[in-house]
This record gives sequence, C-alpha cells and structure tokens, in this order.
Amino acid sequence: MSTVLDTPASAETRGKPDIVLTGRRVVGGIAEGEALVTAETISGWGGVSPMTGTIIETRHELRGVSFAEKVLVFRGAKGSSGWSAVFHTSRLAGAAPRAMVFNEMTTKVALGCVVMRVPSVTELDGDPIALIDTGDYVRVNGDAGTVEVWKKR
Amino acid sequence: MVTLTSEEKAMLDGEQGAATQKAMELLVRYAEALDADRFVETNNVAGVPGSATPWLKNYYAEQGGDYRAVFSMFDLDADEVVDIPRMNAYSCHLQGGMDPVLWAEQGMTPEAHENFMSDEREVAGHGIQLLKTCTPYIAGNVPVMGEHCAWMESSAVVFCNSVIGARTNTEGRESTSAAMLAKRIPDWGFHRPEYRYGHHKIDVQIPVEDIFDWGMLGYFVGDAVQESIPVIEGPVGKASLIRHKHFGAAAASSGGVEMYHMVGITPEARTAETAFGANKIGQTFVYDHAARKRIYESLNSVGSSTDVDYVMLGCPHYSIEQIAQAAHMLEGRKVSSNSALWIFTSRAVKATADANGYSKIITDAGGYLMTDTCSAISQAVPKGTKVAALDSAKQVHYLPAMMGIEGWYGTTAECIDAACSGKWNGRLAA
Repeated sequence: MSTVLDTPASAETRGKPDIVLTGRRVVGGIAEGEALVTAETISGWGGVSPMTGTIIETRHELRGVSFAEKVLVFRGAKGSSGWSAVFHTSRLAGAAPRAMVFNEMTTKVALGCVVMRVPSVTELDGDPIALIDTGDYVRVNGDAGTVEVWKKR
Repeated sequence: MVTLTSEEKAMLDGEQGAATQKAMELLVRYAEALDADRFVETNNVAGVPGSATPWLKNYYAEQGGDYRAVFSMFDLDADEVVDIPRMNAYSCHLQGGMDPVLWAEQGMTPEAHENFMSDEREVAGHGIQLLKTCTPYIAGNVPVMGEHCAWMESSAVVFCNSVIGARTNTEGRESTSAAMLAKRIPDWGFHRPEYRYGHHKIDVQIPVEDIFDWGMLGYFVGDAVQESIPVIEGPVGKASLIRHKHFGAAAASSGGVEMYHMVGITPEARTAETAFGANKIGQTFVYDHAARKRIYESLNSVGSSTDVDYVMLGCPHYSIEQIAQAAHMLEGRKVSSNSALWIFTSRAVKATADANGYSKIITDAGGYLMTDTCSAISQAVPKGTKVAALDSAKQVHYLPAMMGIEGWYGTTAECIDAACSGKWNGRLAA
C-alpha cells in the first residue's frame, strides 16, 4: 500500500498551478514529477554516477542524492567534456531525470539534454532555482517551453 | 530554427548514406537545443568515437554489441543500427583507457586489453587518427587561426581557442562523432566573434615566469572567473607552449574557462581593448603574493603525509621538451623502492623520446613512460598508493578526489626528488 500512498498525485488532479514559468524549448515533450533543485552547477564525468544518477562530487550540496525520476532544476553544467556521455549513460541505466530545467546554456548541457531525450527548458521568465523547491510538483512542457509548479503543502 | 544549406538538406534526406543522415539528425536536434541559426563547416574533429566499455557493448547486445551498434545507437543516438563508413572529416581519437603495452603494469585485465584493442582496430579502420592524447596539438593536429574545430577535452579546447586562435566549443562525444561524418557543428558560442571577447580582468602584480607559477596563476584565474573569459594583464613572461598548456588545463579545472586572453601574448589580445572588444570590463581580480600563497595552500590542502608512494607527471600529456627535462633530472638516479614514477605522453612524442634515449633513462631509473591515458582517465595508480606527488594543478584537482588518496603539488624537480627519496620536501619559494 505504501507505494500507492507515496506516489504523488499527477498534474491532472491538482488544479491550477501555483506558478507558471515560460521560456524556451531545449528538448520537446511533456513530463512531470517531483523537483530536485540545486543552485549549483553539476559536473558529469567525475561528478555523477551514471548507474544510479547519484551526485558524487565532493562538496556538492546534493552529494549522495540521485536525480533519477526527478525533475532536475539546476544552474547548469560544468567540468569535463564527458558531460553528455555520462548523462546519456544514465538514461540507458534507467537513472535519468524525467525532465530538465536550467538557467545557463552551454554546449555541455544542450547536448546532454538532447541525448537524454527528456523534456528540457531554459531562459525562463522567472528564476526556477529561487521559485521551485525540492519536493514541489512540476510539469515541464518542452514543446511550449513552460514549467508549471505546484508548491509542496 | 536552424537554416540548412542544400547540402545539409541532402544529408538529412540520406543522399550521403544512412550514417551521415543519422549524424545530421542529431546535429539538428543539438543546434535547436542551442537555438543556433546555422551550422559552420568543420574539417578538424577530436573526440572519442565508438570506444566503449564492455557494459555499453553488452547494453546493445541485441543490436550486435559491436562497434557499429555502439557508434549508431550511442554516438549518433539513433534508434537503429546503420553501417558506419570511413569518417568524412579529418578526425582524431583523444586519450583512451590504458597504455597499449604497459596495460598489465597499470592493473588492467587481459579481457579489458582485448576490448581496447578491438575498439582501436575499428577506430583505425574508420579512418580516425589514433593520436590517443589530450594534447592533439603536439601530436600532429595543429589547427590554424580562425579554423572551425569540433573538439572535446577541456584542456585542448582552451588551448585551441586561446593560444592558437582557432574556434571550438567544448563538444561532447556524440556531437564530435556526428561531426566526423557530417563535417558540421552548430554556429554557436566560440565560433562567433562576438562571443570571444573578455569579461573580467586579471591584474597580475607579481612576476609569473616558470611553468609551476603559470599553473598556479591558471588555477587562480579559473577559480576567479569560473565559466567566463578572463583578460590577463601584468608581468607574465617566458610564454611557451608548455606554460600555456599547464595554465589552460588549470583554469579549465578550478573553473570552466574555455578561452583566455593574455594581453600582448595571445593572438586575439594584441591590446586590452581588442581583448575586451565590445564588452565592458566586469570585475577585476588581483593576483599578488598573498593570492599566490593562497592558491599554493589550496592545491596542497589534500596532502598531510610526506611519505610519497607515487609520482605522476604528464597532465596534460608531456611534450618532448618536458620529457627531456625530466630525463635530465633523473639521469644516474633511482626511483625509491617505496615509491613509483609514471610519466604520461602521446605515442607520437614517445617515439621521439625513444629515439633520443629519454625513455631508456626513465626506465633505467625505475620509472615508466606511458602513453594514451593518465591516472585520472584510467583510474589506474600503482597498487597501494596512498600519497601522490604531482606537478600539474589539474591533476591535483582531480586525482586525489577520484582515488581517495592524498596529493601534493610542486615543481617537476620536487616531484622527481620525491620519486627518488620517497619523501615530499616541496615548499613555496618566494
């Protein structure tokens, strides 16, 4: 029973969102889930374990936390040019996020979103890191470039 | 929306074969993600095409589990396996996972070596040059000023943009593999002149001349400006390939520097005005004696035991000049029985070191001259390593954290002394 109770209600049943942000499509498609938010950039190679989606970088505020099945809200990508290959591998391992929302566009994060094949948006009209908290329920519409947020009660 | 030329449309329509079609499809998705308007043509691509771990090959077992399957479905992110022809662009393979000869000394299994050899035969068979190095620019691939490249490897990217004045973003595995077939990369970022101007000023107030100091200044700069473009002014002297190589690698480790300007030194910074171009000068960061001391302490914050059991040189891969210097320092000495010395370079440079007798000097002293990889990339260190000594700010940034060991940063001479004595005696000279 607990798995049923733990499953968050989908956006369909939640009514009007608390916040709607509009930006630009990076990768199309629609996905929703619980947010995992960090104001820090994320390293791919050497910073993430692709088999579990766990952030392993020493001193990262999300160290030990997995982004698998979450909507990952973050500042952007940093570090090695192996970024896309690590996130790509996380998709194969079933450990990718459901969607990506980020602030700073780079070739690393753009290619990573593409090969992860998850709805992704950037250039939003409000700062997603400030407005979205970990645990909020989020629906990302990559085609429309929108992010709908239901705040955690 | 990305605008396509008639040739690019033809590639998308499959007129140049299925593999190039899949490559172009991926590049269009990538260009749209970046919001690029068009592509630039490139005939200089550096990546890691098709090389795969047994895990990845096994993942595609149903599709054949071979190079073709990995290249189609992982590198090109296609939904089906297609025939992979010889690459169309001038393409090279960057660093790999082990030394082709000394793999057992690195702790690799025969199975892992056979997998490595099988990939290597495929890479060669597809017309990709086996440079096997993070420093393609000293192993046979030197771009020219203004040339559009598609390179991976952060230390090579920063060298390509800053020192040569060629143009590349930090590409990834999938975009470089696709560019090897389609000879295209999105016209975004460092391909565009307006993107290459400086953002912040680095005011260097103390002389920075030897390679050890260039590395520390690079580490300071990356930490200060993070992903933006620094303009460095002051008494930075004795510019040379190896100093730039160390500086850029350090700046791309403590930060994400993909291009820097040194006024009067680098080609797009004849003056500070040309370096900043249309940009306003952002912040100014001062590099003085106190900053230098702080960086030295930061680089040495992961060292506490002075019993050094491993010395690694060659990050980024050593040039022949550096191998000659190390060999001269080692001549007539022996690596301590409590320590080990591994020096990393490219195959091209090692061939010269062999001819010059440097490889023999290193081997006679009890060290190894290895190619293709480094301890961070291969995650291979001598068995039981607890404390490493390194002459690379980049390597001391990565290796101790990755391997759970201690690390010291010092000059090449201090590192070689540590290899021969088993003791760390490094210090910051004034």
